[in-house]
Amino acid sequence: MSKYIPLAERYAGEVQSILAKYPADQKRSAVMPLLYLAQRQDGYVTRQAMQDIAAILEITPTEVASIVGFYTLYYDEPAGKYRIQVCTDLPCALRGADQFLENLCTNLGIKVGEATSDGLVTVEAVMCLAGCDKAPMFQVQTGDGLEYHEHQTVESTLALIESWQNPPQAGSQTASEKDRALHVPDSSAEPEKGV
Amino acid sequence: MPETQPTSQDSAFVLLRHRDIPNIDQLQIYLQNDGFSAFRKVVTSMQPTEVIDAVKASGLRGRGGAGFPTGMKWAFTDTKNWPHYVVANADESEPGTFKDREIMEGNPFQFLEGVAIAAYAVQAHAAYVYLRGEFWQVAHVLDQKIAELEAAGLLGDKLFGTDYSLRLYTHLGAGAYICGEETAMLESIEGKLGMPRLRPPFPPSFGLFGKPTVVNNVETLTNVPLILLRGASWFRTLGTEKSPGVKIFSLSGCVNKPGNYELPLGTTFRELIFKHGGGLPEGRKVKAIMPAGASSSLIIGTEQALDTPMDYESVPNVGAQLGSASVIVVDDSISIPWLLNKTLHFFKHESCGKCTPCREGTYWMMHLAERITAGAPEADDVALLKSVASQIKGKCLCALGEFSIEAVLSGIERFPEDFKTQAVETAQPIATLSL
Repeated sequence: MSKYIPLAERYAGEVQSILAKYPADQKRSAVMPLLYLAQRQDGYVTRQAMQDIAAILEITPTEVASIVGFYTLYYDEPAGKYRIQVCTDLPCALRGADQFLENLCTNLGIKVGEATSDGLVTVEAVMCLAGCDKAPMFQVQTGDGLEYHEHQTVESTLALIESWQNPPQAGSQTASEKDRALHVPDSSAEPEKGV
Repeated sequence: MPETQPTSQDSAFVLLRHRDIPNIDQLQIYLQNDGFSAFRKVVTSMQPTEVIDAVKASGLRGRGGAGFPTGMKWAFTDTKNWPHYVVANADESEPGTFKDREIMEGNPFQFLEGVAIAAYAVQAHAAYVYLRGEFWQVAHVLDQKIAELEAAGLLGDKLFGTDYSLRLYTHLGAGAYICGEETAMLESIEGKLGMPRLRPPFPPSFGLFGKPTVVNNVETLTNVPLILLRGASWFRTLGTEKSPGVKIFSLSGCVNKPGNYELPLGTTFRELIFKHGGGLPEGRKVKAIMPAGASSSLIIGTEQALDTPMDYESVPNVGAQLGSASVIVVDDSISIPWLLNKTLHFFKHESCGKCTPCREGTYWMMHLAERITAGAPEADDVALLKSVASQIKGKCLCALGEFSIEAVLSGIERFPEDFKTQAVETAQPIATLSL
């Protein structure tokens, strides 16, 4: 079993370039970009990663956890690898977003907020994504980032999901896949839930 | 360069120039279209106060919603306390607003040049672009553009042979509407919960890291290069006397052609909705207009309202504010209680929780709207909803609480028929109701 690699080591270069964006006496500013970094691997921020960030920034793990709790794009629990986040706010709803979300979930056999049985996709309703003129629309969040999908139909979305289920057999790894390959988590380093 | 290559003077647009200058998002093309000549000019030949005066003379007002004169805001920056910072507000989270994303994706260098000029005007050596976390891809593109500018010697140390140095950085939020409020945004960059500060002090005296800070919206800043290049008098040929310039109107909701439309301030709702937006589907009628997104009061869709010019002075005459000019069109098939249920879900979710009237008020308003919409209201739910909204008014640190009640109070007052069908009128006076 390989050893847990702390964030500061695993992403040493990126941690340093993030810290360089802020004045030396304002390290705490780096908490948000570091949380995105921590989330890259598993799609959520582990307790160990929160402790790593706290150590880097010389703040308490509780302060880091409060940031995770406040901002909606950080997660402290795992979910489907792909989070489909459909905007159902007023302008999108006026263009059929509620029906789109309902039909999508029916097709996937899940309720809003649930993951598919293969654990690949979680479908969520979220607040405005600044794509009102291209509704129905959603963003897909993975640990690696976010991408927008606009002018959607249930059919186009199901086709997108199918492309995730059967990814093209590419010869080359993406940067993030290489990144993942670097890290094999040591389960003993991860405190149990509720500790 | 081929002769057919349009120059900036040929573009019909001031902000959305990518629509008729192909590839203006590439540095070389932007430079061919006078890009960074304004920044070079100010750094090499103008005093910071001259830059501020030029922006003051243009009459440019903040495009993020408040409409505050931009040059005046810059002039407030405390010169006894250093260093200074500039923060570009790219948090764009108001339901109905999607203009800044198009600017940053289509015409990113003009925006970044605007940030740079603002920084020079207040002698800041570092500026942050705060993007909502959902704009992840936009932020990565901006990072690349900033690196290109540094490589080209247009950002960095000792610019154009002067002593002036400037660095630009992006900072991604993570899904919180409240961070569009300028002091919450500063807290967020500082690595804290995005909660508004008590004001005063205002950011020009106590901003980022406690230092004097200018916070401007993306669209506001994108106006600045051409104002410096073409002059305040050119800018004043556009728009109205008190609201000069163009504005990007984000048109959404029940229209055939939703999208961003760059038009002179003072264009009527009718022209936007029918000429540019292609009217309403299925020949439906305009029931209500929300000119400032979900934060807006509901304007009744009368002929007089449709003929109202969209500028900062005229929109209040029909009972709303222009705000960020995110025009949501509501047709006659939509029930106002349903609409309020939507906006209240948003504000309840986005309340940061700092001020009790907003935190509790949005919660209770949402539940009342749910009950009214579901058709199972208690007898006095509408009066109670109005009462809760009235109790939020004027009692919160920032505008979010205020925004949450605009549609509620105007909706109940201006569309009473919609509430009669769902709630039984009560004789009980509001004053006797309590939570």
